Amino acid sequence: MADPKLQLAVFAATGRLMEKRRKAVNAQVCPDYQELRTQAHAVKRHTIENLDHYLEVFERNVTAHGGQVIFCKDATEVADFVLGLAKARIARLIVKSKSMTTEEIDLNERLEHHQLEAVETDLGEYLIQLAHERPYHIVAPALHKTKEQVADLLTERLGVPRETVIEKQTMIARAVLREKFLAADIGISGANFLVADSGAIVLVENEGNARLTTSAPKIHIAIAGIEKMIPRAQDLGVFLKLLGRSATGQPLTVYTSFLSGPRRGAEIDGPDEFYVVLLDNGRTKVLADRGKRQSLYCIRCGACLNHCPVYRKIGGHSFPWVYSGPIGAILTPQFLGVNHEPGLPFASSLCGACAEVCPVKIDIPKILLDLRSDVKKTEEREGTNRVERLAFRVWAWVMRHPRLYEMAGMAAASLAPSGNGGGWVRNVPWGIRVPPLDAWLSQRDLPSAPTKSFRQLWRERR
Amino acid sequence: MPARVSLFVTCIVDQLFPKVGMAVADVLERLGFCVDFPEAQTCCGQPAFNSGYRAEARQVARHFLDVFRDADYIVVPSGSCTSMIAHHFEDIFQKELDYLALARQLAPKVYEFSRFLIEIAGVDDVGARLHEVVTYHDSCHALRELQVKDGPRRLLGNVRGLELREMDAAEECCGFGGTFSVKFAEVSGGMARTKIDSILRTGASAVVSVDSSCLMQIQGALARAGRPIRTLHLAEVLASR
Amino acid sequence: MSRENVLHKVRTALGRCAGQAVENPPPVRLTVPEAGIEARIAVFFECIEALAGKTYRAQSLEEARAYVETVMAGRKAVASNAAILRECGATALAGVESGITDGAHLRELSAYAACGITGADYALADTGTLVMLASPQEARLISLLPPVHIAIVERKRLLTGLDELLSILPRPADQTSSMVLITGPSRTADIEQILVRGVHGPGEIHVVVV
Repeated sequence: MADPKLQLAVFAATGRLMEKRRKAVNAQVCPDYQELRTQAHAVKRHTIENLDHYLEVFERNVTAHGGQVIFCKDATEVADFVLGLAKARIARLIVKSKSMTTEEIDLNERLEHHQLEAVETDLGEYLIQLAHERPYHIVAPALHKTKEQVADLLTERLGVPRETVIEKQTMIARAVLREKFLAADIGISGANFLVADSGAIVLVENEGNARLTTSAPKIHIAIAGIEKMIPRAQDLGVFLKLLGRSATGQPLTVYTSFLSGPRRGAEIDGPDEFYVVLLDNGRTKVLADRGKRQSLYCIRCGACLNHCPVYRKIGGHSFPWVYSGPIGAILTPQFLGVNHEPGLPFASSLCGACAEVCPVKIDIPKILLDLRSDVKKTEEREGTNRVERLAFRVWAWVMRHPRLYEMAGMAAASLAPSGNGGGWVRNVPWGIRVPPLDAWLSQRDLPSAPTKSFRQLWRERR
Repeated sequence: MPARVSLFVTCIVDQLFPKVGMAVADVLERLGFCVDFPEAQTCCGQPAFNSGYRAEARQVARHFLDVFRDADYIVVPSGSCTSMIAHHFEDIFQKELDYLALARQLAPKVYEFSRFLIEIAGVDDVGARLHEVVTYHDSCHALRELQVKDGPRRLLGNVRGLELREMDAAEECCGFGGTFSVKFAEVSGGMARTKIDSILRTGASAVVSVDSSCLMQIQGALARAGRPIRTLHLAEVLASR
Repeated sequence: MSRENVLHKVRTALGRCAGQAVENPPPVRLTVPEAGIEARIAVFFECIEALAGKTYRAQSLEEARAYVETVMAGRKAVASNAAILRECGATALAGVESGITDGAHLRELSAYAACGITGADYALADTGTLVMLASPQEARLISLLPPVHIAIVERKRLLTGLDELLSILPRPADQTSSMVLITGPSRTADIEQILVRGVHGPGEIHVVVV
């Protein structure tokens, strides 16, 4: 919130994305929107509850089409696999299409340590790669960059003359990246969906870089979390309809690729080798918690970010991990442990806007509440945050004893400033200045205490 | 024999906004209900529950259930408290079967005030009169957990002399969120300011809502900004003559 | 690498055993509306035009060829081996290279051609989408590398939408290693949310229905 221009940019951009989504899911254009959500939730639920089965079906089908499935338990194994293959094929240049999963495992850093050039090809991702930054938003990684900043970046890193016209900046990137696509030895993509009955991956995009990444180089490696699975190609009718609309208000993105292996038989082009890396990296831990397992239904549309009043105020870089917004708030503690950022589940007013727009009906507020309880249990075990815990114990004790509660109320009222007859106050006397009151008063005025409580008025009236 | 309604005023109304409670009682009595106020009531336990202290929330919730055990209807001038009782008590009593049963038995009897008027009293016109231009804030729990959206608008629509103007961000959170308002004060304040900008654009002289906690947040921000707009609970509008 | 490890963890997390049976998934949900060909073409063109694509209704194969010639405007093009292109004579136009079966040669031509000319295996009316299956007739890169893409779509291949496609083609992977749905010109709004077309894929697309 410290940078007002960025703050405004995030607020405006998310506002536009909300509006686009609204236009794409209203009753005229998409009359069965709610049914689609229900179906998507049910299909995801079934798949996740039987994930081992579908992983094996997927593997069988990928293999049958000439591809290979690699299971990796963590980031290191993925890097080892890619490095091993690159070495065996004497590969030097890798092109990458947008994949939050590869950000999650810091793949680029690992590859660069071994003298492999791994170039991001999604325009936004390319720019933040040049800037050595993390993505700002699941769907719009360079949301925070102005065209002046982009001009600076291109000149600094590519040595091109300074250009501030956005269309021309895009064409500069296009030219640079085209050379990379055509020279690359390996293309690495993520996968929006893994389709079990087809042994296929699905990639959605608007630019064309994912198509180029997966069609130009001789080797294609797709890296995806195990939870991206759906049972049947026919389920895409529901999922594709929801993904585009929820993310950017598009009924379909410009390109949707359904890729099921290296090129076959007499096909003219396409990769000679096709690998799908299925990543755990903590997903099995999330899976083990029955109440929170639904966090894995996420199809990474970003709608929850766009609708979250907190995210809209503080933006993606205020979050501690690659996944930001409401989905980030529930995934981060589950992957990294509640102690990693114990305040994160509390950084929400629980307004529920996220759950309302989630295409797969993840009950994010419920999971946040569960995580809050987990944090407090951990604190109790570890003996931290004693003052707050004691305060709530005392509070609960008072609340179980009506007469104590009434006395406490009267005591607080007598200490509080009375304002000017039912007015609002800006300051409280030093004697009762406690941190919560200070925090409240830092932003808004406080109601002064009424002379009589409701129960006193009630007694008088009867 | 008029129907008996038990009033759960909520701790915030009891201690800070007692007139809201009186207004609820007035409206219900005018409609012919017999209103009782079980004096042993305190709180629904939401502050502890939202802060992650489930054991403490349970203690307070048990007290609530004991106090209201024999109620026919429980009317609550708050969406968030209603939601706590009707939806979240289930979550916290999973291991206490007797209280779980009691919670389930009482859940269908608990009504947020506007829903009680529309669904049980069956009225959307209570004969109120208030000459004012108002705008309505959709409290998050009421809107999303209780589907309270058209009811208050219908009720307001029938108040003689009242003009209701919709703000563009009616459904956006005001930023209260319980302890969120103090733990993340800056963000909470930012959200409140966004809300009041939307309110100001309507030109209304008052903001109406079904939750006093939202109204406290909004009024606090309005007062800090030096804006002479007042906040009214729906009950206060409906009690006006 | 960690196949057993990961599968074991998944099973343990779910309380399932290896080879345990699975209940049926929720039935597939596909809704295929009724719509006559004229209605389909109308919606199809509306959607494409809304995305800044160009559309042309050819009353004959000859008209289709003439349209392609006009778009090419004397520039070079690479055409796929789709039968419709031969039938309408597009492959015989000056400047058009076609009949290529070697991937490296094709890539070379596509990288320098101004236009890529293809057929379409199917098209989806309600989204303005072309469906391209990689095959000996259709290479992947022709509709991707050149900055202009011209697609000749036979009317009989125009379906109502994605649901109809998935109804008649439940297992695309049985036919091809790559099925791509193309909906409008390539675009991005990554810089300040300003829309730019043709960032990697073609910035200009022409859809001819014949």
